[in-house]
Amino acid sequence: MANNKTGSILNRRRFLIETAITACSVSLFGAGLALYARQASSLPPYAIRPPGALPEEDFLGACIRCGLCVRDCPYDTLRLAKLGEQTPLGTPYFLARDIPCEMCEHIPCVKACPTGALEPELTNINDARMGLAVLSDQETCLNFLGLRCDVCYRVCPLIDEAITLDMQHNRRSGKHALFLPVVHSEYCTGCGKCERTCVLEVAAIKVFPKPLVKAELGEHYRLGWKEKEKAGGSLIKDVLDLPDRMPDNGLNLPKIPEGL
Amino acid sequence: MKITRREFIKANAIAATAAAAGVTLPQTAIAAGARDKIRWDKAVCRFCGTGCSVLVGTQNGRVVATQGDPDAPVNRGLNCIKGYFLSKIMYGKDRLTKPLLRMTDGEYDKEGEFTPVSWDQAFDIMAEKFKEALKEKGPSAVGMFGSGQWTIWEGYAGVKLMKAGFRSNNLDPNARHCMASAVAGFMRTFGADEPMGCYDDLEHADAFVLWGANMSEMHPILWSRLTDRRLTAPHVKVAVLSTFKNRNFDLADIPIVFKPQTDLAILNYIANYIIESGNVNEEFVKKHVNFRIGNTDIGYGLRPEDPREQAAENAKKAGGSKSATFEEYKAFVAKYTLDYVHELSGVPKDRLEALAKLYADPKIKVTSYWTMGFNQHTRGTWVNQMCYNIHLLTGKISEPGNSPFSLTGQPSACGTAREVGTFAHRLPADLVVKKKEHRDFSEKIWKLPEGTIEPKPGYHAVLQNRMLKDGKLNAYWVQCTNNVQAAANLNEETWPGYRNPDNFIVVSDPYPTVTALSADLILPTAMWTEKEGAYGNAERRSQFWRQQVKAPGESKSDLWQTVEFSKRFKVEEVWPEELIAKKPEYRGKTLYDILFANGQVDKYPKQEVKDSAGNVYHNDEMEDFGFYLQKGLYEEYRLFGLHGPKKGHELATFDQYHQSRGLRWPVIDGKETLWRYREGYDPHVEKGAGIQFYGNPDGKAKIFALPYEPPAEEPDDEYNLWLVTGRVLEHWHSGSMTRRVPELYRAFPDAVVFMHYKDAKVRKLRRGMVAKLKTRRGEIVAMVETRGRNRPPRGVVFIPWFDASRLVNKLTLDATCPISKETDYKKCAVKIERAS
Repeated sequence: MANNKTGSILNRRRFLIETAITACSVSLFGAGLALYARQASSLPPYAIRPPGALPEEDFLGACIRCGLCVRDCPYDTLRLAKLGEQTPLGTPYFLARDIPCEMCEHIPCVKACPTGALEPELTNINDARMGLAVLSDQETCLNFLGLRCDVCYRVCPLIDEAITLDMQHNRRSGKHALFLPVVHSEYCTGCGKCERTCVLEVAAIKVFPKPLVKAELGEHYRLGWKEKEKAGGSLIKDVLDLPDRMPDNGLNLPKIPEGL
Repeated sequence: MKITRREFIKANAIAATAAAAGVTLPQTAIAAGARDKIRWDKAVCRFCGTGCSVLVGTQNGRVVATQGDPDAPVNRGLNCIKGYFLSKIMYGKDRLTKPLLRMTDGEYDKEGEFTPVSWDQAFDIMAEKFKEALKEKGPSAVGMFGSGQWTIWEGYAGVKLMKAGFRSNNLDPNARHCMASAVAGFMRTFGADEPMGCYDDLEHADAFVLWGANMSEMHPILWSRLTDRRLTAPHVKVAVLSTFKNRNFDLADIPIVFKPQTDLAILNYIANYIIESGNVNEEFVKKHVNFRIGNTDIGYGLRPEDPREQAAENAKKAGGSKSATFEEYKAFVAKYTLDYVHELSGVPKDRLEALAKLYADPKIKVTSYWTMGFNQHTRGTWVNQMCYNIHLLTGKISEPGNSPFSLTGQPSACGTAREVGTFAHRLPADLVVKKKEHRDFSEKIWKLPEGTIEPKPGYHAVLQNRMLKDGKLNAYWVQCTNNVQAAANLNEETWPGYRNPDNFIVVSDPYPTVTALSADLILPTAMWTEKEGAYGNAERRSQFWRQQVKAPGESKSDLWQTVEFSKRFKVEEVWPEELIAKKPEYRGKTLYDILFANGQVDKYPKQEVKDSAGNVYHNDEMEDFGFYLQKGLYEEYRLFGLHGPKKGHELATFDQYHQSRGLRWPVIDGKETLWRYREGYDPHVEKGAGIQFYGNPDGKAKIFALPYEPPAEEPDDEYNLWLVTGRVLEHWHSGSMTRRVPELYRAFPDAVVFMHYKDAKVRKLRRGMVAKLKTRRGEIVAMVETRGRNRPPRGVVFIPWFDASRLVNKLTLDATCPISKETDYKKCAVKIERAS
């Protein structure tokens, strides 16, 4: 079901975007149509909804464009979409690269929402899922190049959960490690601190709506090591394992290291 | 300018994309094809003591790019995020370009407004004030505060002007806040400064122990090497000790958070464990080690009238010790049992044991690292020595992988502050002012009459501020450091001293730092590759660079300033008649003639500075003085290592350093030295000796029996939290360079106070709220951070000091190690409440 829903949203969006593109390319009339189309469309991928926002379609229905969440945001993170912006007029959003969400413990924006467009059930900010950070460019990410930046990692409010550093041998230098930032969707709230602080001219890590970027494994395959961890041991019990035949020491053959 | 078709299309595509996104790109960024015209030359990173080599790209008189040198042994083309932004540090919008003097109605006025003046006017008033102080009170009334970020010759010129010219030993570097305890530890144990090992230990050790060294953030490229060793050799273990959980703990096999100050007890427990488990390397100890018992109850380096000093039995004899036997040492550490140290430190017993086993097991090669956790400690000298104790007991020293290694904070704390001897008690190449033999030798090299150098050590960094406040130090010059942001107890000591109407304070800096703004005269200063320079890193590697660009406006290097200023003094104005009488040929000469135009320093005539590709470089000092000043100073300085009374400081020639990617001293017979004191690696060790700690006359190192003693200030009912200060990866020291790089500023704009969320909660604080931090000395406000990179345990808070808008040194206590005189920035008591 969930899949179908995501699919239909994407199809609808793609249709609208394509319409807009087509329209844009023809004439002045086209430009006008594009503006109309854009305003009618859902959220562009760089605009992030506040914490606790309902799924986009429901949100657009529930949000009364009152601006109270924007008023109560202590960091001026949130803004209301103005006429001519791609975000539907009057709805709250933020741009992570400008001002990210600071993840207030008391979540004032949600408290301010009179309609439940920002779900009042969200009481622990760690549970917010505003979007998902994606390390979108490994070619320029300084850590992928072996430098020691890892600013995105260190600013992450859920450091070591939402972003971890995967340490690997740097084959080029031969004696340094690579510290590869990895985002974990299980924990990432989409606050955008990483995108905001990425030191590159254009951020190598960006927050996007989760459905746009999150992949899904086929249900027909499971990760053996994860299943084993979940089960607390091998899924099959009492397996027979015969000892390997080894030469006795008298032959003086090279010893094979145990285990592998 | 040549642009290929492909580059043209690419550049257009970029511009088109940018235009679509509503961004205007600067013209230079679009002209990617202009890369051909960049001139690349080698230099050293401006920041930490790691000493990463970089290549500097210059175009049209401006540094436009840098890269890590891919062939450099330290960093192989890599940099940390500060190094990535090197090309931006010189181009902050508020660079100072003219001397600025506090004036009212065209006259100098201590309470006046900063007004642009010429260099002549600046030096006029400065010379007047220095002469006044010298005449009225003598050499002790003038002083200079230097830097571990000075180039080698800047430090050397400073030593000459102060100690030989003005005959004042009131010269100290900011390295006093940083490496003094390491120095004192080296001198007391080995009789010679600086590590025996080198960075190659990183690829040889089986275990690493980090004692108060947050390498993951403070030595990022070395941490990368250590991590790689851990990754590629699975048997390697990493033990991390800290008073709060930091990023090192990601790699820790043995993570240890201990109660502040109890590292002393943990070290003695390890010594006790080594002895009790029968793992003393008896042959090594018998042949190469002496034992001593150090004086205890030595106070905290506070003002003498402080009750803590009054109560301390040996406050005036802190460095004293008496000889002892192994049996006495064994009895001394016997009380540091597992139970006792577990109680004291709060560390689980199994972790203490696991740590002790790393050192005790003769098959495990151990490298210990430390930085400010050890050095900034009221028992900093002790704790350095106690770490050597456990390496010496087991003989795990001076060979690949077995290495007690003091990491340096600053890029040239070793090369300049220590090797050149810019401390109040030192002279170049490990010589000290106290010893007549050392003074005699220095005077001979410097062609000075006997008795020129004063035997009494001058005011050290902390004492300089106290003496400024007390009106005893009246003419004072600060170069290349930001001490008003760094020195502890700003409100009670530093600020009153700088603004004392009896004093004239000069600050040389590229930027208007808080120190510059506290001064009476600011001198605009060339930085990094705006001058020819040399740094010496933590592994004894000296690295040189050529001047790449011109400094902005009227800025001049610290070197130029020091040497030019010396022209203002006739020898009769600074030396007594009986001294001049010993060298009558100096009569009527200036300090410049005596110190710099002395036939040695001015030996190398004006010439073109060229690299091997034939590129020609500026040398503004050579242009002004008419000779190759840097080369002359270096070659004269080099004589101290070649012929001085302390062996083991041989340096290569000036020209060799310009040709190389840095060389590790002692450089003898055209070879670098990687491990000192061991036969085969170190040519100073006599054949058949195996090991010789030749810094001490008998060739033996000293194990000092030293106890745990409490800190100067502990949390109580009112000030109920430990305050720990330090750095973050993104910012260098006081932030005067890195906070001017927009990307680094954005990455960590303001200092926050890291604390446990429960400690916040009981104070009605939440993450993101503004808290007031208050100590007995001052208060500041900062935002509370309960998440993030640093996770203090309950009872401890951490705040970085880079942020000029909240001066953490209003809070810190000016208690020092009484031996090294280095301030403890890691331990004082603070209370935290909601800011209203």
